Amino acid sequence: MALNEAFVGRSYAPAQVYEVTAERISAFAFALGDTNPIHQDPVAATAAGFPAVVAPATFPISFTLLAAESLAADPDLGLDWTRVVHGDQRFAYARPLVAGDQVEVTTTIETIKSMAGNDMITLRGDVTTVDGEHVVSCWSMLVVRAAE
Amino acid sequence: MNTNRDMSVGEVMPSRDFTITRDDLIAYANASGDQNPIHQDEAFALSVGLPGVIAHGMFTMGLLARAVQDWAGPDAIQEIGVRFTRPVVVGPDGAVVTIAGNVSAVDDATAILDLSATAQGQTVVSRARATVRRA
Repeated sequence: MALNEAFVGRSYAPAQVYEVTAERISAFAFALGDTNPIHQDPVAATAAGFPAVVAPATFPISFTLLAAESLAADPDLGLDWTRVVHGDQRFAYARPLVAGDQVEVTTTIETIKSMAGNDMITLRGDVTTVDGEHVVSCWSMLVVRAAE
Repeated sequence: MNTNRDMSVGEVMPSRDFTITRDDLIAYANASGDQNPIHQDEAFALSVGLPGVIAHGMFTMGLLARAVQDWAGPDAIQEIGVRFTRPVVVGPDGAVVTIAGNVSAVDDATAILDLSATAQGQTVVSRARATVRRA
């Protein structure tokens, strides 16, 4: 196995603050063809009960995977990002993510497994506001294809 | 305010077809930050053994979440998960992904939606499931 199993359980403190802006939410929704005004129009979002325009459910991937990618910089982990394929993904929300949120991601390596020559690593990204409020947790299982 | 749908076991989330174009994949790459060339460049995709340009798995998951949001309600999605089992090949004329679902369980506050996504007649996800807040 190329991945170092000793890294299971290791957590990485947030490296930066991510600003959830109306522009980023709008662009993400637009790319998915999602024209629901709750992602574009503050009035529509407020009418639907949100404090500001709300991010699509899969929006956190736009910053959690970047946080995960930085783990590949540690040569001791052995994560070759060029061989990574997305295996599965899950989001569990404590509350909606909305424009104006300033969030950071703590990344934890939950599991490392090997199957049929491929390595599989599951990362949990816990997204909290800079004030410490938990917003969403995101699990990404990445398959690292075996080198030929 | 709760504007979500009430749901009962066995209720069907009607099937919807979504067309994905290569332009959509470029817009999604820019919005998500995932600029892997397998989602944009056919020559590159072929060079690494893929059948052509493939959609981001997260694009398909985005469509699943969009379908659930549209049907169950804007504030419905509490949890959503999916396993990617097969790539969606996006040709020059695009690809069609069909999303459907059904309610497999309910409790006082939430429902479980079992979801499916198919393209070119083949399923492209497994274990696709959402926990949604009911009205």
